[in-house]
Amino acid sequence: MAHALVKGETGDWEIVIGMEIHAQVIANSKLFSGSATAFGAEQNTQVSMVDAAMPGMLPVLNKACIEQAVKTGLGLNAEIHKKSVFARKNYFYADLPQGYQISQFEDPIVGLGKIEIDLPDGTVKEIGITRLHLEQDAGKSIHDQHPTKSFVDLNRSGCALMEIVSEPDIRGPEEAAAYINKIRMILRYLETCDGNMDEGSMRADVNISVRKPGDELGTRAEIKNVNSVKAIQQAIDFEVSRQIDHIEGGNEVVQETRLWDPVKMETRSMRSKEEAHDYRYFPDPDLLPLVLEDGLVESIRATLPELPDQKKHRFMGDYGLSLYDSSVLIAERSRAEYFEAVANDNDAKLAANWVINELLGALNKDEKKLDDSPISAKQLGGMIALISDNTISGKIAKEVFAEMYATGKDADVIVEEKGLKQVTDSGEIEAIVDQVIDANPDNVEKYRGGKDKLFGFFVGQVMKETGGKANPAMVNELLKKKL
Amino acid sequence: MTNLTNLTITEALKGLSAKDFSAMDITNAHIDAMAAAKDLNCFITETPELALEQAKASDKRRASGDALALDGIPIAMKDLFCTKGVQTTAASHILEGFVPQYESTVSQKLLDAGTITLGKANLDEFAMGSSNTSSYFGNVISPWRDDSGADLVPGGSSGGSAAAVAARISMAATGTDTGGSIRQPAAFCGITGMKPTYGRCSRWGVVAFASSLDQPGAFGRSVEDTALLLQAMSGHDPKDSTSANLPVPDFAAALTGDIKGLKIGIPKEYRVDGMPEEIETEWQKGIDMLKNAGAEIVDISLPHTKYALPVYYVIAPAECSSNLARYDGVRYGLRVEGEDLNATYENTRAEGFGDEVKRRIMIGTYALSSGYYDAYYIKAQKVRRLISQDFMSAFEKCDALLTPTAPSAAFAIGENEDDPIKMYLNDVFTVPASLAGLPGMSVPTSLNAKGLPLGLQILGRPWDEETVLRVGGVLESAANFTAIPNINAKIAA
Repeated sequence: MAHALVKGETGDWEIVIGMEIHAQVIANSKLFSGSATAFGAEQNTQVSMVDAAMPGMLPVLNKACIEQAVKTGLGLNAEIHKKSVFARKNYFYADLPQGYQISQFEDPIVGLGKIEIDLPDGTVKEIGITRLHLEQDAGKSIHDQHPTKSFVDLNRSGCALMEIVSEPDIRGPEEAAAYINKIRMILRYLETCDGNMDEGSMRADVNISVRKPGDELGTRAEIKNVNSVKAIQQAIDFEVSRQIDHIEGGNEVVQETRLWDPVKMETRSMRSKEEAHDYRYFPDPDLLPLVLEDGLVESIRATLPELPDQKKHRFMGDYGLSLYDSSVLIAERSRAEYFEAVANDNDAKLAANWVINELLGALNKDEKKLDDSPISAKQLGGMIALISDNTISGKIAKEVFAEMYATGKDADVIVEEKGLKQVTDSGEIEAIVDQVIDANPDNVEKYRGGKDKLFGFFVGQVMKETGGKANPAMVNELLKKKL
Repeated sequence: MTNLTNLTITEALKGLSAKDFSAMDITNAHIDAMAAAKDLNCFITETPELALEQAKASDKRRASGDALALDGIPIAMKDLFCTKGVQTTAASHILEGFVPQYESTVSQKLLDAGTITLGKANLDEFAMGSSNTSSYFGNVISPWRDDSGADLVPGGSSGGSAAAVAARISMAATGTDTGGSIRQPAAFCGITGMKPTYGRCSRWGVVAFASSLDQPGAFGRSVEDTALLLQAMSGHDPKDSTSANLPVPDFAAALTGDIKGLKIGIPKEYRVDGMPEEIETEWQKGIDMLKNAGAEIVDISLPHTKYALPVYYVIAPAECSSNLARYDGVRYGLRVEGEDLNATYENTRAEGFGDEVKRRIMIGTYALSSGYYDAYYIKAQKVRRLISQDFMSAFEKCDALLTPTAPSAAFAIGENEDDPIKMYLNDVFTVPASLAGLPGMSVPTSLNAKGLPLGLQILGRPWDEETVLRVGGVLESAANFTAIPNINAKIAA
């Protein structure tokens, strides 16, 4: 896809975006303590002495979180660093009990990688991954419960986060959306993060700058508080025009952190570079450098599921599906699995059509998830088999599908009960064809006189007489012969 | 009846087992001594009721034949160890009134060994100091006095622990050593103190000063007592990632009295400018004692010694500036409200921390700041490695080192207070081994001309506490240090 350029008064501008995604690791306990991590628990009930930073408490690394980070790194096609170091990022805030966040700074666990994003115009683009590192989440400050006081909930304090940093390879709001969707997809496939942006288990900071095509990188602003894919796109749109207006008005963009206001639909300055915290990073002396055991990376690699992009390429190659259909089907691991179960021994393109257009369409209309589908993959596969062996026509199949969706019955039962079996007896069809020709002498005359379009009328009449059950190919063939 | 407060642990265990006296008897005697010596201010929190309860349980165990390794031995617990249900302050106003809901690993191990806790011993605030004059709860006064009659410092930071053991208030005590906080007060108070190898004792539940240097250790009135207490404190703890997963040898069994053929290194760089002659003389006496016991004396060099203090005073404050960030008035301890969060932080920390703690937080914050980090912290870490390498090279030529513990005997309270650098020089002989994580011990050897104790330091290879103890035992026998502090002499009279 050609880079989306933005027109300004002085010409075209190129948007340059890098993203930092914070993804909460799926693990039973926190990064450095044994506390539980479930979302939505009563406030301050999942807090150990370590999470509350009581005097003398020490962090102990949770191995499960390390394995999840390695798994994710492999899913991002990235280098896994055998040795990494945990460092303290020092700053004061009420929901940061230690007065520092244990993070990784100079030596992250995962280095350079890359992923593919699928764009709306059907093209694919590669986005570089700079790094992935592990860090502790902070607690939550609650400001709206008391006129003068704030409250702090430490349930989230110490939960493991993976920060995934991209290269500045993203060129506009669509690419940003495609990127975050693909990251989310990969994390969900790997089961290393649930990707739930509503619950805050996945959050993004967006670094945005603009430049004239071919120029050096411009000065960037970091946008925080963008909590949905839509907000990310809106924030980019706003920020890009703000920066362009600013530069074209003869000013310079300043490096700063800006906050997205979803109500006013604008970004505003939170702190400038001069006001930026000096985090005073240094290696955490309570923790030894993390050295991965020999063979750990390989044993994790062996457990990797087929990843979205691999699956996409396989669907295109093995099933002959289009990029669009493949992209839709791989969006969720369960969806891809459903599709493959339907396609099993059936016409794959037909299966893709029914899953995407009929089933997902119906579920979407009812705001249901695939898991709640009243039609199992085996049942849908059974129906498609009936189409393929000419037991029912595609048109009848829609009726059968609606009935299956409503009742959960198998297709063959419905066909039997309702007598929807296709008529393929040529004698029977021929008799009806003759009957229709006899009943419409005027139209027969006109058709023979050159009005080809009337062919459809005859087909329709035959279908009407058979209740739609006549095999359409046979009807066509017989009508052509007789007319 | 035996003077129960003058027993060693070894003697007490023998007497308890022979039913000459009970744990209750010993505990009562020590509670009385604690009350009599209140002026020394050895304790921040005294726990006599708890001690009596523990003594009762101890006697019960012994009666039913279930006596534990140190059953019935009364000790003082440095108030840096978090103790469940008992106020833990780190000698700071900011933690005043803080009662932990958990027990530190080391203090739990001691409870599991049957010891009786008399109370929480005073110390320099957050273990920062060499004189025990920075405690929010007041100075600790040494039980020793010279002709001047002035109150003397017990050393620090574990000053309360050392003074309590010297003054016969407590049979033994725990301490922590970051740059000399066990060895220097042991020397000033005329007792034995040992810091094991970094990682030998768990730091879990110990209020942190400088994580990469802090190490719990033990005080006793004999090398054997120190070994016994340290034994009970040591061992791997999965809750401390820097604790070593190594078996703990039988420390007391290392006291064979035989150091024939052992090579003792004498580092030439420890002959510092301006060192008092009495220290020099004491050191030579120690060298001769070990030589007479059959050791071979080897001159060695630790070329980076002169950088140890500056390196220490970058790394320790850097770590402390971060470790002490949690004392913010939000969750526990002191809170001095301000008009907003930042003002509350400022008020709380301004009022809660003393001058020395503030000084070190500021030094450390500066050393870690962007633009200075490489020049200070990174450089200091590099030099720290060189200092460690110096020791490792030295240990290719010898098995242990002998040095003075401190550059002087105890000084008067108030001395050195106007000059932090002069105060920091107290740690000149103890800090290098702390930076290298080595085991070290101070053994009292004699009184100086003014009647104040002097001690010598033995340093060993990592994880080789046994050799340090063996050499310490020989030095102890040869020196035959039997002096008791003036205050006790007075009480005895």
